[in-house]
Amino acid sequence: MSQEVIHEATPQRASLLYDPRVRGIVFQVVLVALLALGIWWIVDNTIENLRRSHIATGFGFLKGRAGFDIANTLIDYSSDNSYGRALVVGILNTAIVAITGIITATIIGFLVGIGRLSNNWLIRKLATVYIEIFRNIPPLLVILFWYQGVLALLPNVRDSIGLPFGSFLNNRGFYFPRMVWSDGAWLVAVGLAAGVVLSWYVARRARARQMATGQQFPVFLTSVALIVGMPLLGFALAGFPLTFEFPQKGTFNLTGGVNVKPEFLSLYLALSFYTAAFIAEIVRAGIVGVPKGQTEAFSALGLRSGQGLRLVVIPQAMRIIIPPLTSQYLNLTKNSSLAVAIGYPDLYAIGGTILNQTGQAIEVVVIFMVVYLGISILTSLFMNWFNTKMALKER
Amino acid sequence: MKHIAIGILGAAALGFAASAASADTLSDVKAKGFVQCGVNTGLAGFSAPNDKGEWTGIDVDFCRAVAAAVFGDGTKVKFTGLSAKDRFTALQSGEIDILSRNTTWTINRDTALGLNFAGVTYYDGQGFMINSKKLPGVNSALQLSGAAICVQSGTTTELNLADYFKANKMEYNPVVFEKFEEANAAYDAGRCDAYTTDQSGLYAVRLQMASPNDHVVLPEIISKEPLGPSVRQGDDKWFDIVKWTYYALLDAEEAGVTQANVDEMKNSDNPDIKRLLGTEAETKIGTDLGVSNDWVVNIVKATGNYGEIFERNVGSGSPLKIARGINALWTKGGLQYGMPIR
Amino acid sequence: MQEHDMSWVRTEMALAQAAPRSQVGFGAWVRRNLFATPVDSVLTVLALLAIAWALPQILNWVFFDAVWTGADRTACLTTEQGGQLPVGWTGACWPFVSGRFGQFMFGRYPMDERWRVILTGIIFIALLAPLLIPRVPYKGLNAILFFVVFPFIAFYLLVGGFFGLSYVETPRWGGLMVTLVLSYVGIVVSLPLGILLAMGRRSKMPIVKLLSVVFIETVRGVPLVTVLFMASFMLPLFVPPGMSFDKLLRALIGVALFAAAYMAEVVRGGLQAIPKGQYEGADSLGLGYWQKMGFIIMPQALKLVIPGIVNTFIGMFKDTTLVLIISMFDLLGVVKQNISGDPTWATPQTAKTGYVFAAAIFWIFCFGMSRYSQFMERRLDTGHKR
Repeated sequence: MSQEVIHEATPQRASLLYDPRVRGIVFQVVLVALLALGIWWIVDNTIENLRRSHIATGFGFLKGRAGFDIANTLIDYSSDNSYGRALVVGILNTAIVAITGIITATIIGFLVGIGRLSNNWLIRKLATVYIEIFRNIPPLLVILFWYQGVLALLPNVRDSIGLPFGSFLNNRGFYFPRMVWSDGAWLVAVGLAAGVVLSWYVARRARARQMATGQQFPVFLTSVALIVGMPLLGFALAGFPLTFEFPQKGTFNLTGGVNVKPEFLSLYLALSFYTAAFIAEIVRAGIVGVPKGQTEAFSALGLRSGQGLRLVVIPQAMRIIIPPLTSQYLNLTKNSSLAVAIGYPDLYAIGGTILNQTGQAIEVVVIFMVVYLGISILTSLFMNWFNTKMALKER
Repeated sequence: MKHIAIGILGAAALGFAASAASADTLSDVKAKGFVQCGVNTGLAGFSAPNDKGEWTGIDVDFCRAVAAAVFGDGTKVKFTGLSAKDRFTALQSGEIDILSRNTTWTINRDTALGLNFAGVTYYDGQGFMINSKKLPGVNSALQLSGAAICVQSGTTTELNLADYFKANKMEYNPVVFEKFEEANAAYDAGRCDAYTTDQSGLYAVRLQMASPNDHVVLPEIISKEPLGPSVRQGDDKWFDIVKWTYYALLDAEEAGVTQANVDEMKNSDNPDIKRLLGTEAETKIGTDLGVSNDWVVNIVKATGNYGEIFERNVGSGSPLKIARGINALWTKGGLQYGMPIR
Repeated sequence: MQEHDMSWVRTEMALAQAAPRSQVGFGAWVRRNLFATPVDSVLTVLALLAIAWALPQILNWVFFDAVWTGADRTACLTTEQGGQLPVGWTGACWPFVSGRFGQFMFGRYPMDERWRVILTGIIFIALLAPLLIPRVPYKGLNAILFFVVFPFIAFYLLVGGFFGLSYVETPRWGGLMVTLVLSYVGIVVSLPLGILLAMGRRSKMPIVKLLSVVFIETVRGVPLVTVLFMASFMLPLFVPPGMSFDKLLRALIGVALFAAAYMAEVVRGGLQAIPKGQYEGADSLGLGYWQKMGFIIMPQALKLVIPGIVNTFIGMFKDTTLVLIISMFDLLGVVKQNISGDPTWATPQTAKTGYVFAAAIFWIFCFGMSRYSQFMERRLDTGHKR
C-alpha cells in the first residue's frame, strides 16, 4: 500500500498546478495586479476629474484665511485665522467631548453594571431597564432627543432657571461662574503639587512598612487630607486670591461666567448615557467572569468583603473588562462625529465647512482619516500598555 | 478599494448606475432624454416640493426653461435635491448638468471650484431676521452685538456674517448648522436671537415659522448675493445654451412675450420679436446654439418669461410677496439686462 | 412466640413543617430582595422615590395628558401659544405621528405605488418568518429564496421601470422602508464579505493578509460618517466623468463595507476559538481549503459567534440612521425633517413626540433581534458546558 503511494507521488510535473504554494503565489500576484489596476483606474479618473473641474490639489489651502467663526473654541480663534487652525479647533472640540463623555460614561456604566448584579431586586431591574433601553436605540436619535426634545424646551434667557452658586440654565445652555485668580494663585498650584508628591511618598513608605512589619497605615485618608489640605493652605497663605465672575443678564444673552452650550451638552449627555449602557454590560460580564471560588477563597483568608473586592475580585475583573472597554471608548470617540447633526463644531463639522468653502474634498477626507485613525491607534496603544500592566503576572 | 470596485461592478450589473458620458453635456443630455438639475432640497420660492411632490420655484423653473430650449418640452427635466455641501461635488462629478440652487456667484467658485455661472436669476443680499416679540427694541442689525445668530455652514452667508461683525467691531455667538431646516428650527425654538441668510430666504423662512407675524426682517443688507445657475467649466456649448436661456427669458419679458400671448406673437411683424421667436425666414439663431429655432417659443410656453417666473414664485403671485426691486428689467430701473438676441 | 421486628422502615415521609414565617411569602421576599441590609434599604427607598417621581410623569406624557386627535399644530398648543390646551400643559402630540405616518413609513414614495412597498414587505416577512422558526422545514430553499431571489423581486417591485411598473426614483424613497432596505442589503452583503475578510486576515498568503488587515483596521478606525462621506463625495471623483451613482446606492456601499469590517473581526474571533485539531483533522481527511472551511471550520466558528454577528446587525441597523447626515431620509431622517422643516406641526412637543415614536420603532427591532439571538444561542448550544 505505502509502496504504491510513494510510486504515484514521485512524478512532480502534474502537481505544480495543485501545489497550494504555487497556487497561493499565483493568486496573490493576480490579486495585486487587479488591485493595482483598480487603484490606477481610480487615481487616473480622479486626476482627470480634478483637472476637468480645475480644482487645485495639495494642502496649501490650510494656510488660507478661514473667514468663518466657530462657536465653541478652546483656543483663541477668529475668522482671521487659517483653515489649519480651524481644524485644530475642531480636533480639540472632538477631544473635549470624547474625554468628558468617556469619564461620565465610565462612571455611569460602572454604577449601572454593579447595580445589575445587586442583591436588591429593584436596583437590578432598574439597571436592566436602563441597559435595554439605551442599547437598542440609535445614538443619533438620543442626541437629537436631548437637543430638540429636551434642551430646546428650556426657558429663554429672560426666564432662566436659577441654580445654586449663581449658575443658570436656559435654552442657550448652562452658565456657571468663572473663577478669576489674582496674584498669589501660584501658591495654590504649588500646594496641590506638594500634596500629590507627599501622598505618593506616604503611600510608598506605608507599603514598605507593611511589607516589612505587617503594620497598616491609613494611606487613603492621609492622601485625601494632603491633596485637599495643601492647596487650601496655599490658598490661605496667598490671602484668598480668588474672585468669581458671575453670569449677568445682558441685552441678548447672559454675559460673563462660563457658558456650556446646548450643542455640547446634548452631545455629551447622549454619548455618555448611550455608551454607559454598553459599559455596564461589560462590567457585569467582567465581574461575573471572576469565579465564585475567588470570593470564597478571600473569605477563607479572612479578608473583609471590601478588601477582598478591592484586592482580589476587581483586579481579575478588570482584566476581562479592559479590552472591550477600549473599543467602547473608541466607539464613543467616533460617535462624537454625529455632532454635525446638531451643529456642534467638531472635527467632522468643521472639515465639512472647509470642504465646502475650498472644494478640497480629497485633502479633507485624508485629514479625517489621519486624525480618527490616529486617535484610534493612540487609544489602542495606551490601552494595550494598561492591559499588559494589569495582565496576569505569572511567576 | 477592491471592494469598492466590486461594489461598482455589482451596482452596474443591477442597473443602478447611470450611463457614462463625455465632456459634451449637450449630446449627453440629448441622449438620455432629460436635463438633470441640482436644486435646493427645500427653500420656498426657489425650489421646494409642493404638497403633490412636484418641484416649484425660480431655480426649478429655470431648469424647466433649459429643458424646453433643448427638447421643446419643459417636463423633460429631473431634479436632485442638494445640500449646500453636496452641490459643487454633484456638478463637478457630472451627477447633474446644471446647478440651479440659489448659489452665489463669487470669483472663488468661478475659478477654484471650476464652475461657470450663466447669469444672475436673482439679485439678493444677506439680511437678518429677529423675533420682534422677544426683542422689541431692536430695529437695526447694528444693535445685534452679543446676540446668538443662527446660520448655515459652508455658505457665503457664514463668511459675510463674520466679516460684517468684524467690520463693525461687534461680538456675536455663531450657532452653525449644516442644513437650512436645522437652522430654521433652532431659530424658531429660540436657540438664537437672530437668523441670517439671503433676504429672499428670510422671507421664505418667515413663512415657515410658527407665527410669521412675530418676525421682522431688519433693513440692513450686508452683502451682494447674485444667485444664478452654473455649469461645469470647459463645455462652452452647454454653457452657451444655459446662458442664452437666461437671456431669452429676459428678452421675452422686455418684448412683452408672455405664456398667454406667445402663439399670437409669432405672427408679429416686429423684427425684434420675429428674431426672438425664430419666425424670421432662414434664421439660424437657434440651430447655431444647438437647439431648434423656436427655442424661445418653447421656453416661454413652458415657464413664461422672467417676469412671470418671478411673480409666480416669489412675487405677488406667491405667499412671499417680494417686490421686483433690483430684479426688475433695466428698462424699469432694475439690473436684469438681457443680451440682444440677433 | 411473639417476634417483634425491631427494625422499622418508614414508608411515608413525615409532613414537612412549614417554613418559618420569616422565610416565606411576600414579606420575606421583600425583606430578602429589597431590605437585606441598611444600605439596601436606603437604595430601595431612593429608587422607589425616583420611580414615584418619574413614572407618573412618563405615563401622563405618553397616555393620560397626550393629545390623540387633531388636524394641525393648534391641537397641541396651549392657550398661551395659540391653542386650546391649558397653560403649562405637556404631553405627547400623537396626531403628528398619525398624520405623518405614511411619510414615516414610505417617505415621498408616490401614494398610488405604495402597494408595491407593502407587497415587498409582505414577501419579506413571509420569507423571513419560516427562516427564523427552527421547526419549519426546507431551510436551504428558504434561505436561497430570501438571500438570492428576494433581492431581485424587491428591486423590481421597489424601483420598477420595466414590465409595467412605473419607475420610482430613489430620492423619493424614505422612512422605515429605507432603513430596512439599507439594513437588509447591509446584512446580505456584509456577512459573506466579512467572512472572506476574516479568512483573508488569517490566511497564510502575506499579501492577502496585509490587504485584509489594512482594510479592516482602516474602516474600523474611522467613524461611519466618514465612510459615508467618502461614499457620497469621493466616489463621484473616482469614476469616469459622467458616470454617476444613485445616492442610495452610495450609502449602501458605505454601510455594507463598514459592516463587513466589523463582521470580519467577529468571525475572526470565532475562527480563533476553533481548536487546531479541527484544522488538522480536516487536512488529514484530504479536504481542500474551501472544503475545510465550508464543511468543518465555518459551521463551528459561526455558531460560536452568533451573538457577535447579531450584535453587529443591531449596530448596523442603528447606524443606518447616519445616512441623514448625507441628506438621505431614513426613518429618523423623515421624522427629523417633519420636525424641523414643516410648520404644520411646529409645537414645543412635536420633537419629543416624533423622537419617542422613532425610538420605539428602533427599539422594537433591535430588542427583537437581540432576544432572537439569545434564543438561537441557547438552541445551538450543543457544546458541553465546562
